[in-house]
Amino acid sequence: MLRIDDLSVHYGGIHALQGVSFEVPEGKIVTLIGANGAGKSTTLKSIIGLVKPSGGTIQLGGQSMRGLDTKDIVRRGVVLAPEGRRIFPNLTTEENLALGAFARNDKAGIEQDKLKVFKLFPRLEERRKQKAGTMSGGEQQMLAVARALMSRPKLLMMDEPSLGLAPLIVKMIFEIIKTINAEGTTILLVEQNAKAALEIADFGYVLETGRITLSGPGKELLADDRVRSAYLGEGQ
Amino acid sequence: MDIATFFQQMANAMSLGSLYALIAIGYTMVYGILRLINFAHGDVFMLGAYFAFYAVTALAMPWGIAFIVAIGLTGLFGMGLERAAYRPLRDSPKISIMISAIGASFLIENVGVVLFGGRPKSFPSIPLFDTVIHFGSVSVLSVSLFIPVVTLIILAALLWIVNGTRTGLAMRAVSTDLDAARLMAIDVNKTISLTFGISSVLAGIGGIMRTMKYPQLNPLMGFMPGLKCFIAAVIGGIGNIQGAVLGGFLLGFIEIMIVAFLPELTGYRDAFAFVLLIAVLLAKPSGLLGKNQTVKV
Ligand SMILES: Nc1ncnc2c1ncn2[C@@H]1O[C@H](COP(=O)(O)OP(=O)(O)OP(=O)(O)O)[C@@H](O)[C@H]1O
Ligand SMILES: [Mg+2]
Repeated sequence: MLRIDDLSVHYGGIHALQGVSFEVPEGKIVTLIGANGAGKSTTLKSIIGLVKPSGGTIQLGGQSMRGLDTKDIVRRGVVLAPEGRRIFPNLTTEENLALGAFARNDKAGIEQDKLKVFKLFPRLEERRKQKAGTMSGGEQQMLAVARALMSRPKLLMMDEPSLGLAPLIVKMIFEIIKTINAEGTTILLVEQNAKAALEIADFGYVLETGRITLSGPGKELLADDRVRSAYLGEGQ
Repeated sequence: MDIATFFQQMANAMSLGSLYALIAIGYTMVYGILRLINFAHGDVFMLGAYFAFYAVTALAMPWGIAFIVAIGLTGLFGMGLERAAYRPLRDSPKISIMISAIGASFLIENVGVVLFGGRPKSFPSIPLFDTVIHFGSVSVLSVSLFIPVVTLIILAALLWIVNGTRTGLAMRAVSTDLDAARLMAIDVNKTISLTFGISSVLAGIGGIMRTMKYPQLNPLMGFMPGLKCFIAAVIGGIGNIQGAVLGGFLLGFIEIMIVAFLPELTGYRDAFAFVLLIAVLLAKPSGLLGKNQTVKV
């Protein structure tokens, strides 16, 4: 479905991505793990068009997406739940969800999807009229995921959805990622929480300072010694 | 002071406050969406008045049509200004775009002097606005009643656009977080352009109404109101529409009351805006209705 080839990104003099290639097959969960500053967010931002790559190709279903405007990429069915959630704090839950569906104009479908995300996150329904900025970190993360779902994406990209959350909420978020995937949405998940990510992923890639250094099925990477010592904090 | 003079001054204060509010909203909306102080906003106000003037005189349009045309042109001008002077600098340091705004202001004023002439022009009288209306012993110019009424209608429409429409939702999203708004598939350029259009339309309406009240036009007439309305926006809490309205009315009232009750201080009327600004900022740095920005991580 999504295919990245030799992707290169420069920030001024910093060469943040140095020829990254990977693939996200339709219907799968793919995870990208790596240390701080490896270039994970940069990869997602390039795919969604917030960062302009200096080289390489980005293809969705065989069509090139590089150089497209973010709004057109979202309209093609790709969405990003960004790092740090980036919900609109001064707007209510409902307004945030409405913004998530901004590209659509099928009123009935939007209403239907709203009920669906409320079923997924009952907590959000209780807080429909609450300003998002006053919600707890966990609720804000639920809102970020729910908002992304409101565009009815084919490919949902998530940048560190577990960041700063209590273990119980993290577990819940990962359960929900599985549910979303089971319902047919392809997932590209960026995580620092390598163990949890690899456990649910069909396929994983390890990014180190702008390069992919390891890849394989999630279970295999979990068992890999290099991954275990570098990302799972287990002694050699 | 008798009661008649008091009511007369109140009417004056209401209409001056309305004008200030209309212009202050433009500063606050543009600041809200781009964090830019649009120094050329006062000049857009001036252009609104001149467009109406030429539509009525040179093109001999009936005033109603002339005003609509002038307001439309002012809105388009504001959008053009954003396109030409601000959009190319959107990713540049804030100081560059600020300097561009100051440059645009000087440019408009000076081109105005060349095209319109430096000599003041007087707007032909329109009887509907020039009638003196008597309430007992109080007599006010009809335009002083029109201005607050028109302003209220416009405020209601504006609040509806911002809080009740899809476009308004996009505007609020863009003003909170530009990149997050992009992620929502919002056309950020279009939204910013529209914000400039709306704020310029308000300035155009303000410019025309001010000319109905004081029918003298000159190319620098936007400077002082521009400055004061910027102050009004800051006093109210820049970025906040209700704040701009509050600041505008506050400034209008104080100015009129000083002239009315302390006539010996009339020479300082413009200075009071600054005194008020300093006083408010000392007490509440984010302005009267401004929020202290708190970001939850
Ligand atoms: N806007 C920017 N300007 C300059 N350098 C940047 C910018 N954004 C990212 N970088 C640099 O690019 C590199 C990759 O950053 P990126 O945010 O993609 O890392 P990451 O893998 O997401 O890290 P983290 O896990 O901490 O979120 C880093 O060295 C970072 O300093
Ligand atoms: Mg990151």
